[in-house]
Amino acid sequence: MTMSGTGHIRRTFEGYLFISPWLAGFILLTAGPMIASLYLSGTSWSMLSSPVWVGAQNYTRLLGDDHRFGVSLLNTLYYVALAVPLGLVVSLLLALLLNRRVPGRGLFRTLFFLPSITNLVAVSLLWMWILNPEYGLLNGALRMAGIDGPLWFQSEQWAKPALVVMSLWGTGGTMIVFLAALQGIPGELYEAADLDGAGAFSKFVHITLPMISPAFLFNLIVGIIGGSQVFTQAFVMTGSAEPGSEGGPNNATLFVILYLYKKAFQEFSMGYAASIAWVLFFLILVATILQMKLARRWVYYEAGEQ
Amino acid sequence: MRPDGRSQFPLLAGISLRYVGTYAALMLLGSLFLIPFLWMLSVSLQDAQSMFAQPFRWIPDRPRWENYAAALSAVPFGRYLFNTTVITASVLGLTLFSCTLVAYGFSRLRFPGRDILFAVCIATMMLPGQVTMIPLYVAYARLGWVDTYLPLIVPSLFGSPFYIFLLRQFFLTIPREYDEAALLDGAGRLRIYWSIVLPLARPALATVTLFCFIGTWNDFFGPLIYLNSPEKATLTLGLNMLKSQVIGSGSVQWHILMAASVLVMLPNILVFFIAQKQFIRGIQIGGLRG
Repeated sequence: MTMSGTGHIRRTFEGYLFISPWLAGFILLTAGPMIASLYLSGTSWSMLSSPVWVGAQNYTRLLGDDHRFGVSLLNTLYYVALAVPLGLVVSLLLALLLNRRVPGRGLFRTLFFLPSITNLVAVSLLWMWILNPEYGLLNGALRMAGIDGPLWFQSEQWAKPALVVMSLWGTGGTMIVFLAALQGIPGELYEAADLDGAGAFSKFVHITLPMISPAFLFNLIVGIIGGSQVFTQAFVMTGSAEPGSEGGPNNATLFVILYLYKKAFQEFSMGYAASIAWVLFFLILVATILQMKLARRWVYYEAGEQ
Repeated sequence: MRPDGRSQFPLLAGISLRYVGTYAALMLLGSLFLIPFLWMLSVSLQDAQSMFAQPFRWIPDRPRWENYAAALSAVPFGRYLFNTTVITASVLGLTLFSCTLVAYGFSRLRFPGRDILFAVCIATMMLPGQVTMIPLYVAYARLGWVDTYLPLIVPSLFGSPFYIFLLRQFFLTIPREYDEAALLDGAGRLRIYWSIVLPLARPALATVTLFCFIGTWNDFFGPLIYLNSPEKATLTLGLNMLKSQVIGSGSVQWHILMAASVLVMLPNILVFFIAQKQFIRGIQIGGLRG
């Protein structure tokens, strides 16, 4: 009895010793800062003097009077609504092609995956030049087809679609998740469907889509979370050399995180920036929970799994 | 069927026809993915006039390798390379150390509260970094750590939920009998972790190493907010500084910028080609069970 009692304490001690790096990090780098951030979001603070408590004023200003925040929210919504579904369709298409067991597909897999792991600043510079209205590759190709290409980053209307086009080039990670799911579908399912005389389309709708629906949900959630935090591309590609000019033209690429960055590190409104972070976090949380709830209607889990 | 996809039986001709369609689609999409890379390479070898030529000539009369020398001398690239290597190597070492310890605790030891704490650990993966960013910045500023590498390196001492999750999933597949046999032989937990679990977990360690390398090497936001002195910049930050410099001067030296971009991308591409399999396995573990 005493033996197993001390053994229990010892095991508990060992367990906590092993996870102590994460536990300390959780307290110091996550939980503590979250509480501090919640407090700061109720203050006005430039880091020079002490924070001044203003209550909910930051939030009422954000949601009521701050026109630029409203614009950044709509821009982010626009980007997510366009980039995420298109990214899902393109990466699923790529994965379906790679899932055909043709020789040489490894080479194509490498090619489709490569842009997603390369340096985003370098990729942004490359696309700035590809999308140059006059000398860029894309408008040059359009010109050969007799089409006058848009002004891309110089146009309020086309700046966000330009970022979406670029995001499709970097959709390789999503593709790999789909490919893994496709490869996990047991071949017997298709053989049974063949015996029933099912056509290719019917097999896709009744076997492939349900079987990859968990991967679809994963990619959807990760895509929305990632898309709503779009920053680097907009920061690097838009605006002139002057700090503060990012997010143009006329705020067309001012996304929430870019606005937060400007408030925190260009204007040093730390309290206000913290409240922006909380509003974004709340929206992401609501979107994620909503996805999970809706998922019960369309995600198919095999019996025995999860 | 022969490996070239052509069928020796007429009945199977339909299959090779489907191959043709698949290949046509792969070639079309493949070229859409490849062309930006080729264009970047081509522009980086043009001179200041030929890069604007309409129509664009893909293969320059004389490849201007001196553009690369110009890119290397426009900013202290060697210095940035060194800085990035120091940061990445430190983060890698600390991450592997902390994440394997934590993953070992979560996967192979039983103790009260373990499952709840692991759920909390997973949940923090969902938390956008911006929520904790401002208090952390303030705290690092108070500690006098701004404009040093400490805010970029020290957090990895505490592990990262995604890597902990990946490693735990892998550790769970290592038979527990090994641990039990070693315990009977009088080995302690640390010894089991070090001489049994870690050697068997090499593939998972390789995956984490790669993800961590790519993530740290390419990080932009961290260096952007924490590093002010130009000589302390990383490659990614330095490339953005070069961009501001070039565009700010009103010149249009895109051939130089493209050469610099190629140089910054090269380490990624090399690492990727060497270790593609680890990447793909890691994404699959994360995606299928996440």
